[in-house]
Amino acid sequence: MTGHHEVTREPFEMVRKKKINLKESFFLSLIRMLGSAGAIILFIILSFVLYNGVHILSWDFISKPPIEAMTKGGIFPVIVGTVLLTFICMIVVIPIGVTTAIFLSEYSKPGLLLKTVMMSMYTLAGVPSVVFGLFGLAVFVVAFNFGMSLFAGSLTLAIMVLPYIISTSEEALKAVPYSFKEASLACGATKWQTIRKVILPTAMPGILTGAILGTAKVSGETAPIMFTAAAFFTPGVPKSLFEPIMALPYHIYVLATAGTHIEETRPVQYGTALTLIVLVLGMNLLGIILRSRQRKKRAW
Amino acid sequence: MVEKTPVFAIQDFSIYYGDFMAVKTVNLNIESNKITAIIGPSGCGKSTLLRSLNRMNDLILSSRVEGQVLFRGVDIYQKDTDVIELRKRVGMVFQKPNPFPSSVYENVSYGPKIRGIKKKTQLDEIIEHALTRADLWKEVKDKLHESGMSLSGGQMQRLCIARSLAQEPEVLLFDEPTSALDPISTANIEHLLQELQKTVTIIIVTHNMQQAARISAYTAFMYLGELIEFGDTDTIFVNPYNKLTEEYITGRFG
Repeated sequence: MTGHHEVTREPFEMVRKKKINLKESFFLSLIRMLGSAGAIILFIILSFVLYNGVHILSWDFISKPPIEAMTKGGIFPVIVGTVLLTFICMIVVIPIGVTTAIFLSEYSKPGLLLKTVMMSMYTLAGVPSVVFGLFGLAVFVVAFNFGMSLFAGSLTLAIMVLPYIISTSEEALKAVPYSFKEASLACGATKWQTIRKVILPTAMPGILTGAILGTAKVSGETAPIMFTAAAFFTPGVPKSLFEPIMALPYHIYVLATAGTHIEETRPVQYGTALTLIVLVLGMNLLGIILRSRQRKKRAW
Repeated sequence: MVEKTPVFAIQDFSIYYGDFMAVKTVNLNIESNKITAIIGPSGCGKSTLLRSLNRMNDLILSSRVEGQVLFRGVDIYQKDTDVIELRKRVGMVFQKPNPFPSSVYENVSYGPKIRGIKKKTQLDEIIEHALTRADLWKEVKDKLHESGMSLSGGQMQRLCIARSLAQEPEVLLFDEPTSALDPISTANIEHLLQELQKTVTIIIVTHNMQQAARISAYTAFMYLGELIEFGDTDTIFVNPYNKLTEEYITGRFG
């Protein structure tokens, strides 16, 4: 019979060594702090704007035009201006963006053309927004003679947000399983039928989510519209595409810097800022909800 | 016995992916209204060969072919081949059931609709007929407008078969159609294939040798891109001519 070997082992200590513990918890709290910085900053901004702007918000504020050199009254035409700007921008940009995305994900073959399109897209995405403003001024306002107008501003915004719409649409198209495409082609569908009947409908929720988030981006932009569309003051809402408009971000900017009644308009400035934030956050929230609902619904 | 013209006559046919020769000078005739199985270890080129029969390999940019594939006597690799018409007549069912994310009805009517059939009564008829042939009608006739993805794995695969059958194909290509299914669903599909061969010529690629032995009339054994042996399934499994075939079938490799 073989005897048992006695193995000697270090006794297991249930309690961690103090030193490690301290170091661990220090870094853990540091990471927690830095990680939550974003949330804290958002919270500070929101509460600041809310604190200063909430008392002026009323039904009259969002449904009436400004009066008495914009120190009183509402911001109805300003809201309408922003809504129209983003709406027309999206009508212009979505067909172009989705078509480009279809080209990139379904038709393009590796080569010079694809490289050029991709490079242009990344570069376009990195161009500062004021440059788009100047471009819009030179091309749409002056060269095409649209003047400072709703249309010129919408087109400028469309060019600015185009790379974003392309990349979100392309992502949505690429997320469509290859097996759907195979199934469709094996049924004797043409490539275009496959795109139109299978790939686009499957990708559509993703494309729309991208468009909504793009809308949120666009509605807050100031620089691209300041030379192309936005006016200090317009009497009422625009009656055609070729009239200048008032828009929320630009309205805040002019009231806070260029008016003759900067102090008197403070409440209106905060009220406008609050309206803009609510609008943008609301749209972002909608986009996020849509996206998570799609993820849950997706069965593949 | 009268020599019947084969549905497919594959003649000195090779497939390349870039420089890699995936299928090497294969000669093979496919007889009408029979099940022909293609077996062989992974990477032997059996799926590639199958996919070349309705030109699904066209999707892979780097692929090119040499030799001929005659479908009813016509070379399908000519410049002006109507690939759309070919795929209508030679349908395909894939390894993983891949219904579209839409209703059972939409799935089966997909092919007829893209061919311009719009009349509801006509579509209804096609759909009932296709689903009946795929042995699925009884199970789904009350949920035609529910998502095809809500069905079980075996039902989904039969839905995909119905989707192909709605085109009234002459040939159905099956690329390991049961490898993602449980044994009962597999048995159902095998039974279905045996019924279908009365009206459709079937070519099936399978990893499962017992499956090939159970359902096919002819078996082709491929290895490293070459067609090693082709013949009656009984002969191949009982008395193979080639040593490699015997070794594969007895499970010594693969």
